[in-house]
Amino acid sequence: MDVAARNDLIRQLRQEVLSLQGFKRSLDEQKIQTGLSGLEAAFPNQVFPTGAVHEFISTRIEDATATNGFIAGLLSCLIKHNGVCVWVSARRTIFPPALTLFGIRPERIIFIDCKRQKELLWTVEEALKCEVLGAVIGELSELGFKESRRLQLAVEQSRVTGLIHRYQPKTENTVACVTRWKVKPLPSNLEDGMPGVGFPRWRVQLVKVRNGKPGFWDIEWKGGKFNYVAGETYPMQLPVRKAV
Amino acid sequence: MARYVAIWFRYLTTDWFTIRKPELKEIPFVLAAPKHGRMIVQAASLPACTKGIQQGMVVADARAIVPELQVFPEQPTLAEKLLKKLAEWCLRCTPVVGVDLPDGLILDVSGCAHLWGGERAYLKDIHGKLTGYGYHVRIAIADTIGTAWAVSRYGKISGLIPPHQQLQALLPLPPAALRLEQAVVEKLLKLGLYKIESFINIPRAALRRRFGTSMLTRLDQALGKEIEVISPVRPIEPYQERLPCPEPIRSITGIEIALKKLLEALCTRLTKEEKGLRACVLKCFRMDGNIQQVQIGTTRPSRNVLHLFKLFELKLSGLEPALGFELFLLEAPVVEALSVIQEAIWNSKEETNNEVIAELLDRIAGKIGATAIHRYLPEEHYIPERSIKLAASLQEQPLTTWSSDIPRPLQLLSVPEEINVMVAIPDYPPSLFHYKGAVHRVSKADGPERIEQEWWLQKGEYRDYYCVEDEEGRRYWLFRLGHYDSREPKWFVHGFYA
Repeated sequence: MDVAARNDLIRQLRQEVLSLQGFKRSLDEQKIQTGLSGLEAAFPNQVFPTGAVHEFISTRIEDATATNGFIAGLLSCLIKHNGVCVWVSARRTIFPPALTLFGIRPERIIFIDCKRQKELLWTVEEALKCEVLGAVIGELSELGFKESRRLQLAVEQSRVTGLIHRYQPKTENTVACVTRWKVKPLPSNLEDGMPGVGFPRWRVQLVKVRNGKPGFWDIEWKGGKFNYVAGETYPMQLPVRKAV
Repeated sequence: MARYVAIWFRYLTTDWFTIRKPELKEIPFVLAAPKHGRMIVQAASLPACTKGIQQGMVVADARAIVPELQVFPEQPTLAEKLLKKLAEWCLRCTPVVGVDLPDGLILDVSGCAHLWGGERAYLKDIHGKLTGYGYHVRIAIADTIGTAWAVSRYGKISGLIPPHQQLQALLPLPPAALRLEQAVVEKLLKLGLYKIESFINIPRAALRRRFGTSMLTRLDQALGKEIEVISPVRPIEPYQERLPCPEPIRSITGIEIALKKLLEALCTRLTKEEKGLRACVLKCFRMDGNIQQVQIGTTRPSRNVLHLFKLFELKLSGLEPALGFELFLLEAPVVEALSVIQEAIWNSKEETNNEVIAELLDRIAGKIGATAIHRYLPEEHYIPERSIKLAASLQEQPLTTWSSDIPRPLQLLSVPEEINVMVAIPDYPPSLFHYKGAVHRVSKADGPERIEQEWWLQKGEYRDYYCVEDEEGRRYWLFRLGHYDSREPKWFVHGFYA
């Protein structure tokens, strides 16, 4: 058996394993262009998973802002021109005019402010069931496994992308989301030592991903799209815990 | 046997003015409109009339009679509108009410008066209520419209004409009481026929030859020899559906079936009339006399049974059937026009999307309240708190563009938090600041961007904004309130950059 045939076989087997693990891929699934091929390689089939629920965790307000910045970047890839997005939160601090920096028209975002956790989860689930939305963002602190499964079941029907941002959760419990992200701000850098503050720059860490490879990347939002910080074009592997 | 009531509003439009402005009650005033370059009195109030001012006078002449006369512009369609409203009000007394322009109403009251305990009490009730509202009215009841009209305008006797007595009632009245044309009335007066009794016995052929057939028709109508019909105002049928149940309904399934049936019936009617409902109430009448209701609202007119049912479904659990409901009543108090939707072919994708989103928002509004839903539009202010405004509806589009020349922080604190800073040189960004118990050393900074208070809205000192980044890469939006003078200015953190 020559090399090409063997590679082909391995690819087929991988596909089979993926489907056995419950990873479904519909034909009409939109492929979004994040412009980050290295990051996309971490996902099964090298496609950023849409029609799924992603989880973001942040502990400090500065990290939460960086996370929201990364979410806004993803959002601009997701809703493109005319999509409408629903942003559900309990204590909202997002300043809509700032979203123009990420290529989002703020009037296309509907903010829903719920006071109670129950209402918040209900609203997120109801919004995720609405097929015509571009994306649904939920800012909440606690998310149980049961509730996350409900959200996952909702998006499996509607193929809407859900981005759940958990700010200061009590525990980082297991949830039924496809990924878990952590985003932290990085010092910005301007060319030739120019004074002032540069473009937003983050360390994006993919802590968990179903059927994929975790890793972290240094990413900058520049010129209306994601860019790797120069020199860091491939995922850096997280330290692996050694078996005792 | 038919009975008719004629109501004459002697000072219809001026009474309406007096009701709205009670201080005009004792003051003579007129409503006037320009005609051939002169202001002509179109209606005069009661105090003005008693001083000799009549309709058709020139305002200058009227002022000569009453120097303190007040003049208001006349609204041409006011009388018609008022009469229509009054006619709708009169539907409480009888199902058939006609408008008699320019200043009266005709009521077909056959078989109604006994409900008020006789015709006298009936007339007294109507008269009392209308007078109570502030209108000067004269009322008459008779077997024919003509007689009732004549007695209400010209009668010097009580307005109650007993059955078959119209001839006696008409005899002492002037010819104008027969609703004749002005030319015919003048001709009659010229001939010395001042009362109806002086010409009613003249042979019909002679009357027809001299005054035309219209006069005979009017006479016959007044006497009841010719039938006269009124065109009744039609009340708007309320948008409601009823469903009585032979057996009391106790289960949620039963209530849902009832609701679905009612919604289908209501939406069929709405589709026919090209309307959609904005609010809907389901009233459930319990066997023990208790009435329970659930209410829903929609952001845009809707007649989608499924959607409305879903909105109700969220609230049905609040009903307490106890022994069971025996009657369901579905009402749509607020209804708006909604054109027929062209299914699929012409419907743009965006339009359907908007509809689905509106339905989602309805559900959310029904569950947690419409105040929870916000959408923002730009407003032209530099102060960040004022640079956005709430959109009034889902369809509202921004009138100005979002300004993007200077980047704004992604998160903005609703109330700026005060911080301690160390500034090396005035008008420079701080080199170090304390925020939430941590020390941040500033490594990069942009600014200042001075934002002045808008003095026409709010007083206060200007703010100098700086975008700073600390050594770990966290980015903040700080500002200094006011300038350096004898005291140290205060510093605040107002937002965070991504």
